[in-house]
Amino acid sequence: MIWFVAKRLLAAVPTLLAVLTVVFIIVRIVPGDPALVILGDQATAEAAAALRTRLGLDQPMWVQYWTFVSNALTGNFGASLVTGRPILEEVGAVLPHTIDLTLASMVLGVVVGVPVGIWAALHRNGAIDVAARLLSLLGLSFPVFVSGIYLLLLFGLYWRLFPVIGNADLSDFGDRLHKVVLPAVALGLTMAAYITRVTRSAMLHSLGEDYIRTARAKGVPWRRVVWVHGLRNASLPVVTVVGLYVGILIGNSVLTEIVFNRPGLGKIIVGALNQRDYAMLQGLMVIYCFLIVVVNLVTDLLYGVMDPRVKQA
Amino acid sequence: MMTAPAALAVEDLRTEFRIAGTWRSAVRGVSFGLARNETLALVGESGCGKSVTALSIMGLVQPPLGRVAGGRILLEGQEVAGLPEKQWEKLRGDRIGMIFQEPMTSLNPVMTVGDQVAEALVIHKGLSRAAALEKARALFEEVKIPSAATRLREYPHQFSGGMRQRVMIAMALACEPAVLLADEPTTALDVTIQAQVLGLLADLRERHGMAVLFITHNLGVVAQIADRVAVMYAGQIVEEGPVANIFAAPAHPYTRALFAAIPRLDQPHQALSAIPGRVPPLDAMPVGCAFASRCPEKRAGCEAPQVLAHVGAAHRARCHVATGATAFEAAGAAVQDTR
Ligand SMILES: Nc1ncnc2c1ncn2[C@@H]1O[C@H](COP(=O)(O)OP(=O)(O)OP(=O)(O)O)[C@@H](O)[C@H]1O
Ligand code: SF4
Ligand SMILES: [Mg+2]
Repeated sequence: MIWFVAKRLLAAVPTLLAVLTVVFIIVRIVPGDPALVILGDQATAEAAAALRTRLGLDQPMWVQYWTFVSNALTGNFGASLVTGRPILEEVGAVLPHTIDLTLASMVLGVVVGVPVGIWAALHRNGAIDVAARLLSLLGLSFPVFVSGIYLLLLFGLYWRLFPVIGNADLSDFGDRLHKVVLPAVALGLTMAAYITRVTRSAMLHSLGEDYIRTARAKGVPWRRVVWVHGLRNASLPVVTVVGLYVGILIGNSVLTEIVFNRPGLGKIIVGALNQRDYAMLQGLMVIYCFLIVVVNLVTDLLYGVMDPRVKQA
Repeated sequence: MMTAPAALAVEDLRTEFRIAGTWRSAVRGVSFGLARNETLALVGESGCGKSVTALSIMGLVQPPLGRVAGGRILLEGQEVAGLPEKQWEKLRGDRIGMIFQEPMTSLNPVMTVGDQVAEALVIHKGLSRAAALEKARALFEEVKIPSAATRLREYPHQFSGGMRQRVMIAMALACEPAVLLADEPTTALDVTIQAQVLGLLADLRERHGMAVLFITHNLGVVAQIADRVAVMYAGQIVEEGPVANIFAAPAHPYTRALFAAIPRLDQPHQALSAIPGRVPPLDAMPVGCAFASRCPEKRAGCEAPQVLAHVGAAHRARCHVATGATAFEAAGAAVQDTR
């Protein structure tokens, strides 16, 4: 087990390096002189040169690359060009909001999607199955900014059950929970719809397998056949998809944060784009990718625990 | 009644599947009896209804896919056809066990083999998991899985095909069933492993006094393992009798064709003479002999329904040419078939 974890951790290193390299290249192939982009066309040549020196852009490429990679790996992403504060600090201040939103949406997606998917599979082509398929189609075709606005109108303004402004006090768990509900529903419903479909098909697939027939031939009660033999196998593809989807959630949280006016990575990104905070954008890109690498790593480890066939490979 | 009931008696079993909205019979009036410590081989080409017969006996053909539409299934004298699922669950794996053909896919890949064997013991015998695992270890030793204690904790992918089939056998035997249905248990194995598993099964049957229904499409293994043979064609038994009689004097033209199709080891380069033609599909069963379209001995009278009639003391065949069955008997069969 320890060996397995170590191997997966080691395997994540090249991924991280690749991510850093791609970000490094993207930032450098964007047309235009970053110094001029930041300072504007009217900047003097001296000011531009000074900024280039400050950003290290006058160094040879390989020196820039080395500095960038070694800094990033030690958690040093430089300072925001606008506020002058370290990027990690700026991000760290709002990251909990984004994580709250992502986790809450994921929990919702799984807690709703998995049981409904199982139910639909067990009552294949029955009323519940058809209803679940229709609802999940609806869920999948509703973008966050539409469902989000309806949720805000209904539960925020009409019934006033949940706040419209999402700036939670991080030290108050109740407040965090209260403020994450609506955005998590908006973001998580699509995931629930998706997970419903995946669970349904994984469950149908698994229940059609030979080992299910073997279990029944042993006299295993149907309930146990479904929940132990069927679900244990069906959960493997579901875990993979949940892992992939959490990456999507992190990305989609940008939109949700804007609709619900929540602090978080999304808002910082929009701010950095507006203010041409090129250092901030570069740092954010890397941090986003790191988060996704971490999510994938966790998924991989979980999968390894659940599927005995993986460990040997 | 003085005599003990047969371990398994099947009478006029009829199993149907819904194909394009219509119920079609895949098993059409199969009857046989099976005593303790006896092995009956059920032989026939692919698609003739062997597996469906076994699954029906297990109560595993259920709506909406299929249904047992008629007949009786007596397990140790108890009528089980049409039992509610809850009662079936109590019998399956306890009084009647089944082994399947595909050792690769028939075991749950994410559960240790030990737990899979122990499961039946926990369910039927009320053992604790620890006690059940201990019994599973003894079973592993009985089916000759080396280092039983460690292998118990392994997963199916860590076993070879032959070893997996031994796990399946241990699982089916766990609760000492009276009847074991073995659906082509050695077909997927290579020849030497096949011989070992056959030997093991024969040995276990002897030791536990089980009644074994051994399904195969390979007449070659029948002589090794069976006391009696039932040859199936298109959902019916077309010939039945003791192994010796059927091997010495196969009566039904289909049985003779099956014998001709056995690849002979002493003549290595002989072409395998598969039987030409195809089994009639379920939705186009002829009224008369189902083998007529492929039979080299077809003649007048074959278009009438055929009855299973004696050709010897315990030897019967469903062919008027082989048995000399009269038109009167055939008419009786027609009445039975439309019942
Ligand atoms: N679930 C099902 N739905 C419809 N038809 C079925 C179903 N299962 C079996 N059949 C049909 O029943 C007939 C008998 O099938 P069965 O599996 O019993 O054959 P078999 O003798 O076991 O053949 P094999 O040697 O290939 O295992 C076939 O025509 C098959 O197509
Ligand atoms: S009844 Fe006729 S067609 Fe059928 S097996 Fe006998 S001879 Fe052949
Ligand atoms: Mg079969």
